[in-house]
Amino acid sequence: MKKVYSRIESITGNVIAVKALDVAYGELAEVQTRFGMSLAEVIRLDEGLVSLQVFAGGRGISTGDEVRFLGNPMRVSFSDALKGRIFTGAGEPRDKGPALSENLIPIGGPSVNPVNRIIPREMIRTGIPMIDLFNTLVKSQKLPIFSVSGEPYNQLLARIAMQAEVDLIVLGGMGLKYDDYLFFKDTLEEGGALQNTVMFVHTAADPVVECLMVPDISLAVAERFALKGLNVLVLLTDMTNFADSLKEISITQEQVPSNRGYPGDLYSQLASRYEKAVDFADSGSITVLAVTTMPGDDVTHPVPDNTGYITEGQFYLKGGRIEPFGSLSRLKQQVNGKTRADHRAIMDGMIKLFAAYRDTLEKKSMGFQMSAWDQKLLKYGELFEKEMMDLSVNIPLEKALDKGWEILASCFEPQETGLQSKLTEQFWPKG
Amino acid sequence: MTTTKGSVTGVNGNMVTVRVDGTVSMNEVAYIVLGDKRLKAEVIRVRGDLVQTQVFEITKGIQVGTPAEFSGEMLAVELGPGLLGKIYDGLQNPLPEVALKTGYFLEPGVYLDALPRDTKWQWSPSVKPGDQVERADTLGTVPEGAFTHRVMVPFNLFDSYTVKSVKPAGSYSVKDEMAVLEDSKGVSHAVSMMFEWPVKRAVDCYAERLKPTEPMVTKNRIIDTFFPVAKGGTYCIPGPFGAGKTVLQQVTSRNADVDIVIIAACGERAGEVVETLKEFPELLDPRTGKSLMERTIIVCNTSSMPVAAREASVYTAVTMAEYYRQMGLDVLLLADSTSRWAQAMREMSGRLEEIPGEEAFPAYLESVIASFYERAGIVSLKSGEKGSVTIGGTVSPAGGNFEEPVTQATLKVVGAFHGLSRERSDARKYPAIHPLESWSKYKGIMDLPWVEWAHWYLERGSEVGQMMKVVGEEGTSLDDFLVYLKGEYLDAVYLQQNSFDPIDASVSPERQKAMFAKVVRVLGSSFDFKDKEAARSWFNRLRQMFLDMNSLEWGSDAFKAADKDLVSFAADRSIGLDTKAARILESLE
Repeated sequence: MKKVYSRIESITGNVIAVKALDVAYGELAEVQTRFGMSLAEVIRLDEGLVSLQVFAGGRGISTGDEVRFLGNPMRVSFSDALKGRIFTGAGEPRDKGPALSENLIPIGGPSVNPVNRIIPREMIRTGIPMIDLFNTLVKSQKLPIFSVSGEPYNQLLARIAMQAEVDLIVLGGMGLKYDDYLFFKDTLEEGGALQNTVMFVHTAADPVVECLMVPDISLAVAERFALKGLNVLVLLTDMTNFADSLKEISITQEQVPSNRGYPGDLYSQLASRYEKAVDFADSGSITVLAVTTMPGDDVTHPVPDNTGYITEGQFYLKGGRIEPFGSLSRLKQQVNGKTRADHRAIMDGMIKLFAAYRDTLEKKSMGFQMSAWDQKLLKYGELFEKEMMDLSVNIPLEKALDKGWEILASCFEPQETGLQSKLTEQFWPKG
Repeated sequence: MTTTKGSVTGVNGNMVTVRVDGTVSMNEVAYIVLGDKRLKAEVIRVRGDLVQTQVFEITKGIQVGTPAEFSGEMLAVELGPGLLGKIYDGLQNPLPEVALKTGYFLEPGVYLDALPRDTKWQWSPSVKPGDQVERADTLGTVPEGAFTHRVMVPFNLFDSYTVKSVKPAGSYSVKDEMAVLEDSKGVSHAVSMMFEWPVKRAVDCYAERLKPTEPMVTKNRIIDTFFPVAKGGTYCIPGPFGAGKTVLQQVTSRNADVDIVIIAACGERAGEVVETLKEFPELLDPRTGKSLMERTIIVCNTSSMPVAAREASVYTAVTMAEYYRQMGLDVLLLADSTSRWAQAMREMSGRLEEIPGEEAFPAYLESVIASFYERAGIVSLKSGEKGSVTIGGTVSPAGGNFEEPVTQATLKVVGAFHGLSRERSDARKYPAIHPLESWSKYKGIMDLPWVEWAHWYLERGSEVGQMMKVVGEEGTSLDDFLVYLKGEYLDAVYLQQNSFDPIDASVSPERQKAMFAKVVRVLGSSFDFKDKEAARSWFNRLRQMFLDMNSLEWGSDAFKAADKDLVSFAADRSIGLDTKAARILESLE
């Protein structure tokens, strides 16, 4: 039995310090406050002084409260009983089900050995042309949805969750509005997917430290399921809230901030979570889709910027559509050579022309005369936006490719498209 | 191992403070003894009897009072035969062997031999008893893949030595005693095929450093023709995310005309390393006909691996590069990304509570970056041969803004700058090296005046393009419009290159020269078009023909046929050639 300490030396924000010995870095403790018990994690050791981050926050903690060290780091119960359940960021039940305590596994475990990884090889079909055709989602990919507040990113996330072919969904909510939490719950319930979902939800009203736990706890559970052979899709929303929690804690800890107040290790912190995405050669896989809201639609903001360097591309959701510029799936080349001979060419060719359309649009808005070529581009751009980009379009990849040729043929001559002649000969719609 | 011991007094992230009972040296390797695990650490600050160390592992579980041991040695790598084809982490742990031991995950505290101890090497001695030798002199050779690996007098033996004995030709392993050397004081030193060298000290056993002049061919048109890199030179590739830094590095690692490629995947995605890991053994090196992996060493400390080892990984890589340079080989070190390495320094600096510089990077950022790139160079060895280390580093500037400290510090010290632009990658113009912002101080495969002449069309074409945005196409003269079309044409058919097309991905200097000549002929020609629409559609057609040809095999019948069509199509409309172009074509063709 561990000793109980009843003298808290300092309280700064959510961090308390006690004088204690025989305490390990990363160990958990229970803090008994007037509002009940809260977990706390050791984040610093300095001679005899132990700093702890209190999950429920520092508010109302008294210097006379009791701290009891548990002798183990943060863990979560793992079993099939998790399926269909909803928990808080600290792993407590949020639904009416029982608390789980058997088969505890550590969270935030070590990284996968790079040599044990395999080259991603399977696409995940979503029925969204802007994804399937232009920026294919691949099993084991880590991909954020860059967006701004007010965009339907959670709707997009939910739709991908419902349509993507996976065995299990782990949803990690960080700073979610309560409405959004209910939206996910209802959508998954109505779609009959709740039984194959585990949710760890931190809402905006919950203590900030619990927000930090959500990705680790979600990914630790996903990792165990993947090792049991399941293909797991992890949805994290919103990682900007996670980063802001990191910022809050590090500033309270008096760390030197690097960029707009974020800690210098923001990149490493984000990377150690995203890099959990993996395809185990002879077992299951983890695919990570995460929402990153960009304050002020600024992609150079530290959170989207660092995220972009870590993830394998991004979907850029703007004006209710996935933008072709700024969106990228880095792994698409692994799979889009195996779909249909015209996939890559249509993908590049249509985007090049769409870029030219945007230029023309700019010229038009400045009142310039439109050449015959400009007219063609304008027609093309409008068709593209309507038939491809609109999020309501729900067609399989092959149909989307056919539609691509139709759009091109209704606007251009084959040699104007910049596509290789052998492809236009084969695929150009006749008549 | 010295006798100095200590016990932990504080833990803050991966920085662990230890109270010691004896002498310690700066940058010495220490071990935190956690149960049956020994976690490697490096001493980074000494204050009285308190020593601060950065631990190369996850520090969870360390307590106040946890014992620590000090090795007395600086962080070093093993050098000897068997490095080629290996995959190491930042501390030279062989990752495939680690995987056999610990399975899917990287468990902390597992350190294995970098060089396999049981492999037998076919030794042929090059010295005989009585010979005088110094550090880096060849004692004998063993074949390693396609190379003759020189077993040298360890670089850390600074005296001059007399060979007392040497093993006869035969089969030996790296730890076997190969020779005994006697120094000037009469002390004997037993020497094996391997030795250790501290990673943060540059290897300096060459006769002289030379000026990099010979181009290092990458088979990438925009690099070789417009922004070349020299053997022994340095270059950097800054670019926002998604602009294609890593693809460019991967293509270079395959095609570069060098003997050995060392890839330092520093703080980047594991997935990218995996592609190299799985594909290289299947690909053939056109120079040797052997697997590409046999000329490659991968040092991989990806973003989720411990951050302190990330800082070490670029040094581990460059030390191995310098080692092979001592054998008269050309080595290319590709570091992706140096920003992650700089960030690792920043994290540690923050924990040490140093006064921060710009964007919280430490004040010594610039000097550290400069001294890293200065480890590149072409040198002449004592034997008169030349060897080179070329360093190409990617930079991941925050927000894609090149004004940030890491990019600026890097630009000061490199010889070529391949700036990637978001604008070009959005328009799918790959490689997205910006032709107007990038520069190189090295000489490439073409004469500089030719390149400058062609480059003018890019500059002027872009100006006209900008102008057209303001005054519209109708306000642009046909002559200006033609310059614009020519610039776009050069960009589309020559600067852009499809790295996923098996033919277009790598273009030999010979083909580059021939294709460049074709482009020059078009750029230098006058045409007679009745209006802009006619000019545009003619250029569209021409561009299409050229692009089709780019994916045809050099010298094949299909290529020759396409070439004939292109030449006659272009000649039809041409009504004259300017004199400068004619002169360039004369020397090119």
